[in-house]
Amino acid sequence: MKKNKAFILLIIMSMILVLSGCGKASNSSAGGEKSVLDAGAGENATELSYWTFVELHGQHFEKMLGKWNAANPDRQIKLNVTVMPYDDMHNKLSIALQTGVGAPDISDIELGKYPDFLAGTPQLEPLNDVVEQYKDSIVQSQLDLYSKEGTVYGLSTHVGATVAFYNTEILDEAGVNYKDIVTWDDFKKAGIQVYEKTGKYMGTADTSAVWQESLLLAQQGADLTDDAGNPKVNSPEMIKALTMLKDLKDNNVISTIAGGQPDTEEAYGEYNAGNYVTAFMPLWQMSRYTNYMADLSGKIAIAPLPVFEKGMPRSYGGGGTATVVTKTAKDIQLAKEFIAYAKLSLDANIEIWNTLGFDPINMSVWDMKDVTHNPENQFVKYFVNNPFDVLNEVKDEIMLIKSTSASPTINNVLCTVTLNEIFEDGKDVTEALNAAQEQIVQDLK
Amino acid sequence: MLKKFLYSQKVAPYVFVLPFILVFIIFWLYPLGNSFSMSFQKTTLGQGAQWIGTDNYTKLMGDGVFLKAVTNSVIYMVMTLAILIPFPMLFAVLINNKFMWGREFFKSTFFFPALTSVVVAGTIFRLMFGEMEGSLINSFLGLFGMEPMKFLKGQFTGYIALIALATWRWTGVNMLYFLSGLQNIPEDYYEAASIDGASPFQKFTRITMPLLKPTTIYVLTISIYAGLAMFIESMMLWNGNNSPKNIGLTIVGYLYRQGIEKNNLGYAAAVGIVLLAITMVINLTQLAFSGMFKKED
Repeated sequence: MKKNKAFILLIIMSMILVLSGCGKASNSSAGGEKSVLDAGAGENATELSYWTFVELHGQHFEKMLGKWNAANPDRQIKLNVTVMPYDDMHNKLSIALQTGVGAPDISDIELGKYPDFLAGTPQLEPLNDVVEQYKDSIVQSQLDLYSKEGTVYGLSTHVGATVAFYNTEILDEAGVNYKDIVTWDDFKKAGIQVYEKTGKYMGTADTSAVWQESLLLAQQGADLTDDAGNPKVNSPEMIKALTMLKDLKDNNVISTIAGGQPDTEEAYGEYNAGNYVTAFMPLWQMSRYTNYMADLSGKIAIAPLPVFEKGMPRSYGGGGTATVVTKTAKDIQLAKEFIAYAKLSLDANIEIWNTLGFDPINMSVWDMKDVTHNPENQFVKYFVNNPFDVLNEVKDEIMLIKSTSASPTINNVLCTVTLNEIFEDGKDVTEALNAAQEQIVQDLK
Repeated sequence: MLKKFLYSQKVAPYVFVLPFILVFIIFWLYPLGNSFSMSFQKTTLGQGAQWIGTDNYTKLMGDGVFLKAVTNSVIYMVMTLAILIPFPMLFAVLINNKFMWGREFFKSTFFFPALTSVVVAGTIFRLMFGEMEGSLINSFLGLFGMEPMKFLKGQFTGYIALIALATWRWTGVNMLYFLSGLQNIPEDYYEAASIDGASPFQKFTRITMPLLKPTTIYVLTISIYAGLAMFIESMMLWNGNNSPKNIGLTIVGYLYRQGIEKNNLGYAAAVGIVLLAITMVINLTQLAFSGMFKKED
């Protein structure tokens, strides 16, 4: 009899346990690599959480946090940094904002995903008030990029001026001087020579990113969307761009690369092995060279992009990350002021170059020779020529491709289907682009 | 009073099944009902859901990518069925044979992959089927003088990788199901058949296969579900939910893309409901044809 009672008690207890498990909302935040930065913060410091997908961004925030805490002894901050993989972080943030539970106080959002977070009523805090004091010193277009109807919701990290990275060792072997490459025709000639002499490809035909299409459109003053932000991927300019790239591929000047584009693990391996000469990438690709392609130190030169015709703009701002404050942040005003300080102040912009190797959005840094030409700087040491010499040369030619609510869908269709069809299967450019346009419009319905 | 209640023969069974019923209602029925109503709504960030009638379903019917996802999932399911039922059954019969040496060794070797996390296995298979010359499969092909292949960029070769992963992972599990089914077949039947002069093949087709039918139907049912609901394998193999030309996109992958990646939860709910409908139709038809709904004699 006793045994029976004990058994029934056990069952009831286990049921209670099962049920109590359902009601409680989990307070633990997302997985990933966590670290608490206190940067000299005292006991009364406010602890803010920060999510990012780029480990290096945490390093920058740590530096700026130290300065903030020293300057604001009564408003000190401890930053709880969580680094997660790209997709994971954005997906978790999206769910947290949708449900209103579990979002961090501060977060990074990549430009390609950003429009999704501005859809409907953004669950992000307006930043106009904290931006005001820095407004005149930074590039306005970088504020517009992360705004909706005049309200700034995110703070940019860099301009992302796109340049050409050339492997001079292979070019020397083929007898090509990268400084002679001005137009895409020059690039093609050089590429044919490189392939004949060395058997290596001059560049990549990207299938999983739209850097190349964006830069070729920007050169022609065109965009992936029209003025109203509607998709327009089968425009004559886009057809011209992809026809040119396909011609380069057919002549063995460029070739598809493992990983689909230069900023992937597999591609770093290909570049390290010296199989490809050129990457056309935003300036932040520099940090990939110093971090993942250390063997190429002293061999990579930076140059303005080739153009269709002389006189066309030679760069465009590619990629980017916005830092935002969520509506559920613990101390909204403190978080806002801190991110503005950490990303927009002159000090922050200098550190963005020093730590991250990005081209700062405060353009006055571009002219500070002691900062940009500091011989101890790892990026200055690594590259054949100084990045800022090239940046200053193309300073007034940096175009922008709009980021609209259609952008994530456009990227998705082009990168999964269209570019693969054109470069891997040899499908007709116009046909592939018409199909893409149709698919994008259908998706956005 | 409480004692009387708890010891009542009428009440006790309900108390015992209560945990299951509660879990079923809370974690299955309630979310299902919720998804069903959500599939008629449009959800936008920071705003209340809007009722839009059957718009999500109408859009789904004309959605080429969804159709691609359904085709992918169905082909994957059919291919896994074609491999993961006959081969594990055969291996189980072989291993079950008294004269087979190293039975325990084979059992554990076949089962071992099931213990590996699908994330780890998927990553390893991605590296194995990489497009570079030095990737495992390509360097193996190189031994025969073949050019490196871009496995994960082609529809057919992509399936090879996907099916290889599924076969590697699930052969052992299904084999164990069949092994347990084989234990239930009395040895006498085989002895009697031997006396009547039946060949091993006849024994297999006339005794083993018919008596394994309940196990086979069980494995078939869970394999149909698993095949249609496959997601993580594809996600790991292509390092994300976006495979070239959507060759690895599955129904659940599409649900994830719409609901989580694009914040379009209403549309994703409609995808989920269609997946449920497809799975139920296939499985119920299969069960009806195999006579599982008939009363046992």
